[in-house]
Amino acid sequence: MIARGRFLDCECLLGPTDHPFHASIRGGRIVDLTPAPVLMRSWRFSYRATAAAWAEYWQPAPRPGWHDLLALTKREQAVLEGDLHPFMVHLQYFKDVLALPRPHASAVPQ
Amino acid sequence: MNGHIEPMVGRYVHVEIDRDMHRIYFEESGAGVPLVCLHTAGSDGRQWRHLLADEEFSKKFRIIAFDMPWHGKSNPPANWSGEEYQLTTARYTETVRAFCKALKLEKPVVMGCSIGGRIVLNLAIDHAAEFRALIGLEAADFQAPWYDTSWLNRPDVHGGEVCAALVSGLIAPQSPEVSRNETLWAYKQGGPGVFKGDLYFYRVDGDLRGRVETIDTRVCPLYLLTGEYDFSCTPEDTKRTAAAIPDASVTIMEQLGHFPMSENPEQFRRYIAPVLNEILEQSSISTKQGEHA
Repeated sequence: MIARGRFLDCECLLGPTDHPFHASIRGGRIVDLTPAPVLMRSWRFSYRATAAAWAEYWQPAPRPGWHDLLALTKREQAVLEGDLHPFMVHLQYFKDVLALPRPHASAVPQ
Repeated sequence: MNGHIEPMVGRYVHVEIDRDMHRIYFEESGAGVPLVCLHTAGSDGRQWRHLLADEEFSKKFRIIAFDMPWHGKSNPPANWSGEEYQLTTARYTETVRAFCKALKLEKPVVMGCSIGGRIVLNLAIDHAAEFRALIGLEAADFQAPWYDTSWLNRPDVHGGEVCAALVSGLIAPQSPEVSRNETLWAYKQGGPGVFKGDLYFYRVDGDLRGRVETIDTRVCPLYLLTGEYDFSCTPEDTKRTAAAIPDASVTIMEQLGHFPMSENPEQFRRYIAPVLNEILEQSSISTKQGEHA
């Protein structure tokens, strides 16, 4: 994942709709994560979703329509704002990073 | 197994489409009822490799998958001067009919996925009598857009990476990793602007709302199958489309997304086998009735 993001340096706003985090990414590594708001801190894009959406997205096998970042924007459970260029250039990276809390289905007791 | 050779054979057929000669690559296997398979936007006929290698289906069907011009091993035509590629309803329809005619296929079954599913609906509207049955996977008369296609072809974004990353979300989470990767690989290999050009048909030119009502399934049976994880062509989109077509068959496929035949071939087989068997039975009844007429 870090290799996929090796050319990515970016300030972005990620997380729950009402309580997002400022994320600083350098060479694909998240080097700082600070709860917003931070006085006068800039960001290039934000991806924010409802708490319910994150809970669904992080299920081992998410339900249909709750399983992808852009499925969530389509169903209006998430908003994507700002300069989308770094997000689109590194789309798979952001999908993978934001799915990290999702346990692998095989690791979950049946 | 080392040394195993798969049964499908690939060849090129020269097909005239819109007055231009195209060199179309296709793979086929089996013998029997012709079954022509159409790939999704921005991909190619490799998506059908598991169906082509299916020993049971190939006993009864001549399974054929071709690469659309600009896709896979079907190059752009020789007179292409580099202008933007844009697929239209008329051109896509003509391509499928011209390919079937060039191979002298008699009343083939056509099965298409995504844009292939959409064009199947148009074949059902305008040319139903030419086909034995039509199967639309991830098919609807229209679906709401969920991203701006201008991201797919611009110099400051890697086309292959962004195309694959966008469609990766359309694959069901349960699909095997190896099949997911293979499905995405074709998107990473597509020519510049080809996926975007296909979506011109899907998003702009190929809106079939208000036209599918004219489909007569007595002339040609129509089967629609959609994966539950497809949030591009949703199960609701397919059901809405089918509700306007008397006797259209609808199946919602569990644990599958937008690429059923390639993202999880085993799971897809569970759903497509009964459809193909039903088509064979109907075909056999029609033949017998013809003999007694």
